Amino acid sequence: MESLIGLLIGAPLLGAAVLLVGGRRLDRVGHLLATLLAAVSFVLAVVLFLDLLGEESEARTLHQHLFTWVPVADFQADVAFRLDPLSMTFVLLITSVGTLIHLYSIGYMEHDERRRRFFAYLNLFLGAMLLLVLADNYLLLYVGWEGVGLASFLLIGFWQHKPSAATAAKKAFIVNRVGDVGLSIAILLMFTTFGTFAFEPVLENASGASEATLTGIGLMLLLAACGKSAQVPLQSWLGDAMEGPTPVSALIHAATMVTAGVYLITRSGAVFDAAPDAQTVVVVVGAVTLLFGAIVGCAKDDIKKALAGSTMSQIGYMMLAAGLGPIGYVFAIMHLVTHGFFKAGLFLGAGSVMHGMNDEVDMRRYGGLRKHMPITFATFGLAYLAIIGFPYLSGFFSKDEIIYAGFSKGGTEGWILGGVMLLGAALTAYYMTRIMLLTFFGEKRWQPDASGHEPHPHESPLTMTIPMIILAFGSVGAGFFFDLNENFVHWLEPVTGLEHGDSPVAHGTVGIAATAVMVLGVAGAWWQYGRRPVPAVAPQGRFLTRAARRDLLQDDFNHAAFVRPGNYLTRGLVYLDHKLVDGVVNGTAAAFGGASGRLRRVQNGFARSYAVSMFGGAVLLVAATLLMRAV
Amino acid sequence: MSFPLLTATALTPAIGAIVTAAVPSARRTAAKWIALAFSLATVGFAAAIVLRFDTDAGADRYQLTESRSWIEDFGVRYELGVDGIGVAMIALTAVLIPFLIGAGWNDADPKEDEDEAPASRRWRPTQGFFALILAVEAMVVLSFAATDIFLFYIFFEAMLIPMYFLIGGFGDRAGEQGEEGQARQRSYAAVKFLLYNLVGGLVMLAALIGLYVATADQLEVGTFSLQAILEARGSGELDLATSTERWLFLGFFVAFAIKAPLWPVHTWLPNAMGESTAPVAVLITAVVDKVGTFAMLRFCLGLFPEASEWATPVVITLALVSIIYGALLALGQRDMKRLIAYASISHFGFIVLGIFVMTSQGQGGATLYMINHGIATAALMLVAGFLISRRGSRLISDYGGVQKTAPVLAGTFLIGGLGTLSLPGTGPFISEFLVLVGTFSRYEVAGIIACAGIVLAALYVLVLYQRTMTGPVKPGLEKLPDLRVRELAVVAPLIALLIFLGVYPQPLTDIVNPAVEHTLSDVDQTDPAPHLEEVEAGQ
Amino acid sequence: MSPENYLYLAALLFTLGACGVLLRRNAIVVFMCVELMLNAANLALVTFSRMHGNLDGQIMAFFVMVVAAAEVVVGLAIIVTVYRSRHSASVDDASLMKL
Repeated sequence: MESLIGLLIGAPLLGAAVLLVGGRRLDRVGHLLATLLAAVSFVLAVVLFLDLLGEESEARTLHQHLFTWVPVADFQADVAFRLDPLSMTFVLLITSVGTLIHLYSIGYMEHDERRRRFFAYLNLFLGAMLLLVLADNYLLLYVGWEGVGLASFLLIGFWQHKPSAATAAKKAFIVNRVGDVGLSIAILLMFTTFGTFAFEPVLENASGASEATLTGIGLMLLLAACGKSAQVPLQSWLGDAMEGPTPVSALIHAATMVTAGVYLITRSGAVFDAAPDAQTVVVVVGAVTLLFGAIVGCAKDDIKKALAGSTMSQIGYMMLAAGLGPIGYVFAIMHLVTHGFFKAGLFLGAGSVMHGMNDEVDMRRYGGLRKHMPITFATFGLAYLAIIGFPYLSGFFSKDEIIYAGFSKGGTEGWILGGVMLLGAALTAYYMTRIMLLTFFGEKRWQPDASGHEPHPHESPLTMTIPMIILAFGSVGAGFFFDLNENFVHWLEPVTGLEHGDSPVAHGTVGIAATAVMVLGVAGAWWQYGRRPVPAVAPQGRFLTRAARRDLLQDDFNHAAFVRPGNYLTRGLVYLDHKLVDGVVNGTAAAFGGASGRLRRVQNGFARSYAVSMFGGAVLLVAATLLMRAV
Repeated sequence: MSFPLLTATALTPAIGAIVTAAVPSARRTAAKWIALAFSLATVGFAAAIVLRFDTDAGADRYQLTESRSWIEDFGVRYELGVDGIGVAMIALTAVLIPFLIGAGWNDADPKEDEDEAPASRRWRPTQGFFALILAVEAMVVLSFAATDIFLFYIFFEAMLIPMYFLIGGFGDRAGEQGEEGQARQRSYAAVKFLLYNLVGGLVMLAALIGLYVATADQLEVGTFSLQAILEARGSGELDLATSTERWLFLGFFVAFAIKAPLWPVHTWLPNAMGESTAPVAVLITAVVDKVGTFAMLRFCLGLFPEASEWATPVVITLALVSIIYGALLALGQRDMKRLIAYASISHFGFIVLGIFVMTSQGQGGATLYMINHGIATAALMLVAGFLISRRGSRLISDYGGVQKTAPVLAGTFLIGGLGTLSLPGTGPFISEFLVLVGTFSRYEVAGIIACAGIVLAALYVLVLYQRTMTGPVKPGLEKLPDLRVRELAVVAPLIALLIFLGVYPQPLTDIVNPAVEHTLSDVDQTDPAPHLEEVEAGQ
Repeated sequence: MSPENYLYLAALLFTLGACGVLLRRNAIVVFMCVELMLNAANLALVTFSRMHGNLDGQIMAFFVMVVAAAEVVVGLAIIVTVYRSRHSASVDDASLMKL
């Protein structure tokens, strides 16, 4: 069984290699091959899953040691995999959503001449993401970590001829690199502390290390997680990343890659449990991002950017839950999985809308689409209900558990966290309803584009709608299934542990409160966007609205704090290198040249002046001799 | 005495150089094929060295040794021998040269208007170009193999002569300032290269004589033999005074730092790499400069362990400055070859850092870094060269949207760039991470500063990629041809190697590890133990 | 008479010759002044020979005379050639020995 793990990762990687090396002659079959290999991965994942289910719950761990990777003295890195319930959960999510999105992309990218490459990159992403969650040490995880970053870079910038896409791709990679430095330093700290960076020894011995070290490791891991999961302060890339094709946004920037940070923190739970300070920072980052993303999501008119804000916010929930420790890990992952389904569904729906609307993304130019795209409307609507936490749909179960866990933190903190998350829930309901109303309800607001073509909204082809329908089922049923007999909790408990805090508020009360704020949010959105026609051009808005449209000024801040000083520094250094460092060298050379130029003048060609110097020399010699004698 | 494999490896390109140079001017193409054949034969010998080299823990430190008397009066001998590091470096050199010849296949052809030149022309540029490359190869191989310090010095210096002609005689035909300005720039670069390195060589010569005098003083006969000196040190026969050792160390180190090049003696590299053709630029940074860092490992640490330790803080500081400074300057360049040159300076900072932190990860990483940097820079620089030769400009701002017209070129360029920014999965990642581990386990702050280099590397590579390859197609590039078969044949194996070494570097680490152990024991250092074990041992 | 007086004379002659070499322009005069210096040296050598009572100085003087003779031959030839080509025997006119 173990040997299947390598195959699971290998299949999509092979696909990527074949498609990239194969060149044009694979243009016709490339997408089919890639989808097939993604499906192979999924089947293998299911086989492995069934195998794990057959084991006792404590023995559900498989190891595969492939080969020794980097052996230098004490530094021993292996290419080895570890499959336990936590990674299995991710593998199932990644391969299932991944396969569906491959399928969707066949339709979505049909008219793109570089479709083969697109699929190669998608396969590359799948392989790297699987490597990330299956690695059994941090260094191999790092390979997957940057691998998904690379795939994300390639896919965001897939339409490279658009400067905005190329810039967004670069920005995503660089911001992620900042996070990666955190991961590097965390691994370095682990190595100097534990002498290894494999999961098992590090996590088992974590309690033996000093708290300062663990806090350091924890904060560095958090930095990495912030980069990958677009959490404050490294959140700025996610909105721009929406320049990529929509299936990419669904797969990478909603369902899987951006949740890798949550995986990292959950996986390193033992480190965080022993470093309460680091945990506190995780919770704060989660809470801040939760509100940040929600506020941005409320103001954006670009449907994908609004959804991106939502993604940030939802991952904020997960981060917060993961920062709560063993009372939250399970629910962080549970929300992650349900979010994977409904957010992928939402993005695919958005893609379907754009497909029918000549790639228009401004929601103010949609309106009334429910009549033109019934399937998209239905699937999008179900995912919408799931994300706002409509009772007994997926989001209801997972989000309520997180809010309850927040209250369970106890004391003032518990009340603050619970309050923030309830506020977030209200905002979620507000911005999602806004998207819903602007897109599918009201009057049609679209106009002919610059070239005079009026969009003719139509339902998308089957390859696109089928994945949407399947994801809609997931959005509706996953939460209920997970909650049934506490299935999910029992499944993950051996890896993440589980504790029950004592909440000052009853579980049922939290559910009622969450539903109440949801209704409030929906009502608020309806009050603003449902009652009266929506203007096709955005009103100017107040300061907060304007700031939120500019992503709460995050880019302005980064620009002022890093980019501009960096530019000055670079230019200054180039100048200095030329004038000072090279100047010294050239100056030395010039000094020698000048000196020899002067000395040359002494050779004036007059025999008598040579005679003088000879005479002077002779006198000097004689004088020196006499002087030496005298002394 | 067994077959002198090392001599044969060096002699093959040397003979090749002579034969190539002797080809009549009308047979230009034949000269190219002859050069390629000789360089491939060298690869064969290098492969034999790798196979014959014994990597067992108990094996001799220096293997495949040869020893002949040469200048008895001064104790100079023709002594060759390689440890794992030397084997790796010789292999890198031998493997890269055929690619450089392939990449520079048409770089030295006479221009169209000269094609009808009379057959009696005495200057045969094409033959000369390839002959000079082979000559450099021969000398580089010998300096990697020499265990007699004087012998090493001779080739270390002699290498400058063919390099001088390669830089000054064969430039890009892609200038902003027209033919004449170009020639002036080129000769400026060549002279700068020569003078910088001659100064270093002079200082080294002084230190070399000093070392000889010291050995002659304390031992019965003076010697230049590395092995003899190491043995004498080990047995306590040779014991240099602290100040003597430091002066001698400085003499050697300055020469190697200039060659490496380390900040602040780096300014010759951007000029030399910018003005020469892409293959020659690769030859400089990937092969010739490596002699500098290699010699730091073999001679500075081996001969002057205490002085090396004494100098460590300063050297580490210089290395860190190089890393950050090189990366920042790379960001500020407008000329893509100079950009790659500054990136190399940053990478050499990493190599020197790894060498002087005195841990097995650091030094093993530094050795791997030399190999991986050679391959990654070769891939990036050669593709850049192909691009430059198409458009006739080195300015980044002259390009844009290349991936639209030449996707394969853009793709290979990106992979080379990703190697340069040390993406996991490519070779440089492993070496860079090892250097970081080695640094961090002893000097935490230095390790963290070096980490900043990771971000900057991503920045300059991706900015370069974005500006040249993406966006709308710049005017004049609409019909840019994609990579030709010859060019692809040059780049594809390099890329394969880059990825292979990132996934499965074990063959290389097997060869390098024992040598690193020996070097560490020379300087009498052991790796720091993990803190956790210390705590446990304390309890 | 004390032999030292010969030395003073030699010094005087040498100084005269040196001044002539440095100050006069005419190549022939310069040349004669060189001869004067050589002969001053000869006088000093012979005096030393006398003072120390051995023949070393006199032998040296013979050497100097032979060298001076050879020099006259070569020197005069050069001066004549220069005069033919430049119609001047001034040493300052022939200042071509520079870059």
